[in-house]
Amino acid sequence: MINNEGIIIYRDVHKWYGDFHVLRGITFTMQKGEVVVICGPSGSGKSTCIRTINRLEEHQRGQIIVDGIELTNDLRNIEAIRREVGIVFQQFNLFPHLTALQNVSLAPFWVLKMRKSKAEEAAMKLLERVGIPEQAQKYPAQLSGGQQQRVAIARALAMSPKIMLFDEPTSALDPEMIKEVLDVMKNLARSGMTMIVVTHEMGFAREVADRIIFFDYGQLVEENTPEEFFHNPKHDRTKLFLSQILEY
Amino acid sequence: MDENQLAGYADKNQLPPPSERIPAIRWLKQNLFSSWFNAILTIVSTVLIMTIVFGLLRWALEARWEVIPANLKLLLVGTYPVEHLWRVWATVYLIAFLLGFSSGAHGGLMRRVSTTAALVSVVLAVLPFPWGTRGWLLGIAVAAVAGFGLGYLGKGIRWCKRLEIASWILSFPISLIFLNGVGGILPVIKGRTMWGFMLNLIGAVVGIGLSFPVGVLLALGRRSKLPAIRLVCTAYIEIIRGVPLISLLFMASIMLQLLLPASVRPDLLIRAMLTITAFSAAYMAENVRGGLQAIPQGQYEAAYAVGLNRALTTILIILPQALRIVIPAIVGQFIALFMDTTLFGFIAILELLNITRSIMGNLEWRGTIFELYAFIGIVFWILCYSMSYVSRRIEKTLGVGER
Ligand SMILES: Nc1ncnc2c1ncn2[C@@H]1O[C@H](COP(=O)(O)OP(=O)(O)OP(=O)(O)O)[C@@H](O)[C@H]1O
Ligand SMILES: [Mg+2]
Repeated sequence: MINNEGIIIYRDVHKWYGDFHVLRGITFTMQKGEVVVICGPSGSGKSTCIRTINRLEEHQRGQIIVDGIELTNDLRNIEAIRREVGIVFQQFNLFPHLTALQNVSLAPFWVLKMRKSKAEEAAMKLLERVGIPEQAQKYPAQLSGGQQQRVAIARALAMSPKIMLFDEPTSALDPEMIKEVLDVMKNLARSGMTMIVVTHEMGFAREVADRIIFFDYGQLVEENTPEEFFHNPKHDRTKLFLSQILEY
Repeated sequence: MDENQLAGYADKNQLPPPSERIPAIRWLKQNLFSSWFNAILTIVSTVLIMTIVFGLLRWALEARWEVIPANLKLLLVGTYPVEHLWRVWATVYLIAFLLGFSSGAHGGLMRRVSTTAALVSVVLAVLPFPWGTRGWLLGIAVAAVAGFGLGYLGKGIRWCKRLEIASWILSFPISLIFLNGVGGILPVIKGRTMWGFMLNLIGAVVGIGLSFPVGVLLALGRRSKLPAIRLVCTAYIEIIRGVPLISLLFMASIMLQLLLPASVRPDLLIRAMLTITAFSAAYMAENVRGGLQAIPQGQYEAAYAVGLNRALTTILIILPQALRIVIPAIVGQFIALFMDTTLFGFIAILELLNITRSIMGNLEWRGTIFELYAFIGIVFWILCYSMSYVSRRIEKTLGVGER
């Protein structure tokens, strides 16, 4: 343990794509069990930021500490952190050649070295938890978008992560399926999971988030409670953004 | 609206699709006689096709087909000694048994293949072969059925599945050793390079079995993050793909003869098989690379994110998807490799084509060149078509999980 100030600690984190400065000094801390919603305009670096947490993207300056482990190039650290952090993508990224059940039980079997029967049993429980036990033997292509995303959530949960990241989990879904996914996420939040959710679902943010972070141009513009964020934002930039997305 | 009303609404107003059948005359007019020019083309090509077909038929009826049965043993197994022929049969039985076993255990495609093999052997046994040969042929069906029974009984048992996979993998080296012989136990057959069509088959099986894994490794190497590995693999692939196979075969046969003393030089047949493997692997690598490139980045990310390391990601997530995409290309490569084994004939290996040439040189069979080449053509066509049929079936079976 480097310290016990928080489960996720960002200190002045920078990242460049070539000359393009995507993350321009991000600093924030998250406590265990907190639910943080990140929003902001397209291209502002939200995805990049949360993907640095499990090293799908590397940061080039600053410090990221996840559950007491600092992210460096050390492969063992990266693997340790990836076991603690689950991520759900906008495009689901399920493994198309495996059934829903296999998608979920794969990592516990190969990475945690669980017995196959045990891994499948656990996977089945998770599919029940996300409400689709009857789809266990189907392949991703045979599932609806909402069902696929719920399998993806179950897959991430199968590694019993301490932190769950969601990168616009409902943006690729038809309106009628958004609710079923958000419901699963709400239950997860209530169960005490530490979550970072990038989303434009302001209703969800208002209801579930402990804090909302507003991103623009790779910077953390505003960090506020939902109450304050919606009714009394500190920044003009936030006001403009809110007026744009709440119009519809 | 309740459920029933909804269902009624879904059924209502549903019409059958419009019929697309057209009368024969209309079809003819539309497709063959739509204009003067097309009409003339149709008539000319009909006459041409008729001439060729009748010519072929007349030739086929008058041809001296007896050259095939008279030399069948020579064509199929070359100079493999008659008193050891049972080893060839035993090998065939082993494969038939395994096919039957797999078909009993899994059904599906395997069942089709093994049923076909068994049926073909029964049909062949009806043909006017000597009685001894008929008995051997029927043995194939017996082996397949026996395998089927055992496979059926062992269905779903864990160790049976492992045994099956292990037997398939082991069957190839065992067959080779069995056919060739091992010092002290089974007499080694002399003149390894004179076994007719069997050599084409052995060359193809060895070539396919080795070039596939080597090709996959080369493809992965070419995409490696380590520059040295990438460089070596790329150079290998590009050099091999720039040289004709025949020149590689000549190098393997003649240059090695000059460079290496006989004591350390592998047997000509082994050199030929290694050459064709090395050659095919380069093409295989490019096919596999095509499949690897088609896998979206998100698959890697999802795999890493659940904690899989690079090796496991490649083996469990990437390769299964990449290989599925390139099955047609890979089977095409297998077929090409099989046909390329006829090039062995140019380096003094008596495979099917070369054996045929020596038969044609025999005074008794002078002028039977067309019959013999027709036979070669048919034999190769049957095997190559089977391969492409199996590949299409595999694609279909695997298509379940496609995006
Ligand atoms: N691999 C990359 N190479 C170069 N530039 C990139 C790369 N990935 C992202 N970017 C750029 O970085 C910026 C931030 O991208 P990011 O995906 O983090 O934005 P975002 O806030 O998640 O946007 P969105 O809401 O559209 O998902 C964008 O301008 C994007 O064009
Ligand atoms: Mg994004």
